[in-house]
Amino acid sequence: MYQKTGYLSEEELNEIFPDKERIEEGPVAIIECVQLIPCNPCQDACPRTAILPFEKMTDSPVIDHSKCNGCSICMAYCPGLAIYILDYHYTDTTSLIKIPYEMLPLPEKDDEVDLYDRSGKVVGKGKVIKVQSFKNNPKTYIVWVEIPKALYKTARNIKVVNNEG
Amino acid sequence: MKHFFDVVIIGAGPAGLCAGNILGNAGKKTLIIERDPFLGGQLLKQTHMFFGSRDQYAGTRGLDIAKIFQNELNSYPNVSVFTDTTATGYYPEEKILLAMKDEKELYEISFDQIIIATGASEKSLLFENNDLPGIFGAGAVQTLMNMYGVLPGTEIIMVGSGNIGLIVSYQLLQAGANVKCIIDAAPHIGGYFVHAAKIRRMGVPIYTQHTIHRAIGKTTLEAVELVKVDNSWKKISDSVFTESCDVLCLAVGLVPMSELLWQMGCDMNFVPELGGSVPARNQWMETSVRGVFVAGDVAGVEEASSAMLEGTIAAIGALKNLGSWNAAIEKKCVHSLEYLKEIRYGPVGEKIRSGLAKVEAR
Repeated sequence: MYQKTGYLSEEELNEIFPDKERIEEGPVAIIECVQLIPCNPCQDACPRTAILPFEKMTDSPVIDHSKCNGCSICMAYCPGLAIYILDYHYTDTTSLIKIPYEMLPLPEKDDEVDLYDRSGKVVGKGKVIKVQSFKNNPKTYIVWVEIPKALYKTARNIKVVNNEG
Repeated sequence: MKHFFDVVIIGAGPAGLCAGNILGNAGKKTLIIERDPFLGGQLLKQTHMFFGSRDQYAGTRGLDIAKIFQNELNSYPNVSVFTDTTATGYYPEEKILLAMKDEKELYEISFDQIIIATGASEKSLLFENNDLPGIFGAGAVQTLMNMYGVLPGTEIIMVGSGNIGLIVSYQLLQAGANVKCIIDAAPHIGGYFVHAAKIRRMGVPIYTQHTIHRAIGKTTLEAVELVKVDNSWKKISDSVFTESCDVLCLAVGLVPMSELLWQMGCDMNFVPELGGSVPARNQWMETSVRGVFVAGDVAGVEEASSAMLEGTIAAIGALKNLGSWNAAIEKKCVHSLEYLKEIRYGPVGEKIRSGLAKVEAR
């Protein structure tokens, strides 16, 4: 289905999404890279070898979610911006997502942002907690966004609502 | 002015620069001819991170790869570079290449080996008013935007969902333009899913099985009429709808720039999967004319990673003809050939593989 729409359907997402039990345990990387393309930097990136070794460069990554601690290093190595981190139990009522972000204006701490789902629909509001960048990939920022818990599986992107405040 | 070189390379894109560095390192008297004022070709416009594996620059942005290649090239005193210079013709009887700098200075260049790495040019589409100002090729949009800092417009419609259409749409969004939609006549998105997913989650729709009916505007583009196509690619006449826009960006494929190869008398094959007419060649990328090599999109439209590898292989082939063959070069060559095979593996490489299967072995 994704070849026609450009985003993962519910069923396609379920195939790669960590199970509920794992999500309850703490931060975890979600890798949305389902197509067999010639690309493999993520396999060497994981310090815990949670991303299983590729047989061929064109394999798609398989992650052992039980080994992953959501450190986000793989995210900094993915040229396709296909990886993000979900921390389900950020607070009692909210979750946290860490997403790669390359747009202007760059969000700032405490900014209110619109939350987008994978199909580009606005699904709610979130709050920026932190903006960071990695040394190996300084132009792709990692934005930490607090989101309503109910959107833990849906929220995937942001847009700054009003940067002037 | 008359010049002699061991090897002449035409085009300083990813293929030409990789070839230049191999020959520079081997100490050969080498000339690179580049039509543009800058070295790097399309790499300079590629602000996204490359795919592939880390030892082949995965995770590095195209423009940074161009800098890496240029820095290496600058360290070889035996490599000369003529920028703003167009290779205008080849004269087989004299074995002389003519090149013109700034349309003022004419060079007569003779050589032992030559590598043609001229790249490809953009295809257009046939529709009413396709000559209105505001209708661009995707490469032109990238040149304006990424090389000269000029945004061509604010309301954009992109035609073509291959990697170029998807990546240029993303770059337009980064530059602050509104990409209203991406259309493609094919039933599926042509480019990588991860590129498509990036722009979908920003709210840009992708309409597959849609094409342009006509462009509308008095002096410049004001709107386009889009139309659905059925499974046999025919327009569904009652499905026309209008979208306003000031830029229509065409990312509908590339054609190898093979003029010099025809002039040199290389055996050519027409292979639609590779973008048009491409030369017969052996595994060293040597054409049917001894000493004439090809590399990059002119050998078949593919992408920058394979162009780099082909540039490397062609340069090694030229060294072989020059008698400069050793174990280190052999190792590099085997590695490049294997890597090329690996990136063409799998479903996304299928079109390239079937195209290459149709190219005659020299």
